[in-house]
Amino acid sequence: MTVVRVSGIRKTYGRTVAVDDVSFDVGAGEIFGLIGPNGAGKTTTMECVEGLRLPDRGSITVLGLNPARDVYTLQERIGVQLQAAQLQKRIKVREAVGLWASLYRKRVDGDRLIEQLGLTDKRNAWFMTLSGGQKQRLFIALALINDPELVFLDELTTGLDPQARRAIWDLVRGIRQRGKTVVLTTHLMEEADRLCDRVAIIDGGRVIDIGTPAELVRRNCPERSVIVVTDDSTAHGRFGAIPGVESVSSEGAQCTIRGRDAALVTHVIECLAEHRIRTIDFRTELPTLEDVFLKLTGHTIRD
Amino acid sequence: MLRGLWRLTWLEIKIFLREPLGVIGTVGLPVLIYVAIGRLLGPRVGKTAPDVPRFVSVDLPIFSALLIAASAVLSLVAIIAIYREGGILRRLRATPLRPHTILAAHVIVKLVFTAITLGAMVLAGRRYYPLPATVPLASFTVALLFSTLSILSIGFLVASVVPTARFAQPIGTLIFYPMLGLSGLFVPIEALPPLLRAVARVLPLTYAVSLLRGIWNGDSWSGHAGDVVALAVMFFAFMAASARVFRWE
Repeated sequence: MTVVRVSGIRKTYGRTVAVDDVSFDVGAGEIFGLIGPNGAGKTTTMECVEGLRLPDRGSITVLGLNPARDVYTLQERIGVQLQAAQLQKRIKVREAVGLWASLYRKRVDGDRLIEQLGLTDKRNAWFMTLSGGQKQRLFIALALINDPELVFLDELTTGLDPQARRAIWDLVRGIRQRGKTVVLTTHLMEEADRLCDRVAIIDGGRVIDIGTPAELVRRNCPERSVIVVTDDSTAHGRFGAIPGVESVSSEGAQCTIRGRDAALVTHVIECLAEHRIRTIDFRTELPTLEDVFLKLTGHTIRD
Repeated sequence: MLRGLWRLTWLEIKIFLREPLGVIGTVGLPVLIYVAIGRLLGPRVGKTAPDVPRFVSVDLPIFSALLIAASAVLSLVAIIAIYREGGILRRLRATPLRPHTILAAHVIVKLVFTAITLGAMVLAGRRYYPLPATVPLASFTVALLFSTLSILSIGFLVASVVPTARFAQPIGTLIFYPMLGLSGLFVPIEALPPLLRAVARVLPLTYAVSLLRGIWNGDSWSGHAGDVVALAVMFFAFMAASARVFRWE
């Protein structure tokens, strides 16, 4: 079932084209990621889908509704976490959750939500005293207060330390386990890789490729390498004879075997076993989304 | 349509009270100054002797009431600007809260504290400024509420568009003080040059001063129906305009 359908949207601010002919579908129950560098058009795209902005062209359907026209109906059914949002400095966690709960017809128990997000100790703390991770957890709580079918998370872990980031990832997986669909944006390829079922790579306002992280890697960066450290002098020659191997280079005892065959790793392992090659170290180097991004756009995501 | 209004209002009152400086500045300081001036000038102002100039006996209460109302409006403008700048409005936008609910909550908060301030002033200062028995206090309060709301609607219009808090204060001041100058409080409207007189006729403060002065002096409401209608029309006009141009970020 398709929850979000975006086709051919375009959004300009003056002369700047923020989003240019972007299309994608999001299925029920998946974590879908819009990934790309800052300024790529991720947030604008997301805010069009949320009904906060009106695209100049193209059409959007969210949960069967038109977000531009039915934004108030839609807001009851979606949860939103916005990039760089703030609350009143001196509002308490408990009060914010209570306020949000009062705004929706359907709502979950606020205290339980606070507990699920690990904020029970902080329930009487002012917003300004929370750490970055705690603020983000509060914003997730606010996004979930109306038991939404679809949750939008914009740059959720930006500015958080690795530990807080991992904790947030677990929370997002938990949201999906409760049967909700998640659409998120990130400029962290590791985050997209670990968290998303499918991603759309966006650069310069356009979608460059869409698929599961594994598909994208296979399609765009099929090259993979196996690195074997061995003192067996026959190894180099034997690796060269493996089907699908494009090159073997050795540096001292370390051989790097490169190829595009998906079965390359298996073939190398079989070769090692067959010829009883004494292996000191063995590791693989598989391309990541980061490599895919570099390949597709010609620049790294942090440029 | 106004879902969340009372909860938001109550929350904003609590949040306001958590900032001691704001409370002292809004409520404490005006009362303190009022009483201090009363102590200094008390013996002279206290007696409603015929030699007390009209500005002191009639227009001073109106002037101070308007100033307090105006400072409430200015601080409303500043708060909305801070909320916009800080991304709080942005976050509220993605909820079923409507902009007029947010504004209404802040207006109620400001009205509550304005009422508290004025009430405290009347109480604390009653030794120095005895109210003439002829002043219809209830009617004057209602008239002041009308006036405050119509000044507020201009505040709304400013609050709806100012990009940052730093702009808000000077713009608010720039609009308010000339308006006060033309309101008829200092110079009678009839004495103004024709052009300024025309300007004064479209400013809410002019009608507010006329209404407040009349009610203070014991005029009947029916005698000021024109003022009330003018204030109401301006209130709705400015509100409609501000709803159109309201900016979330």
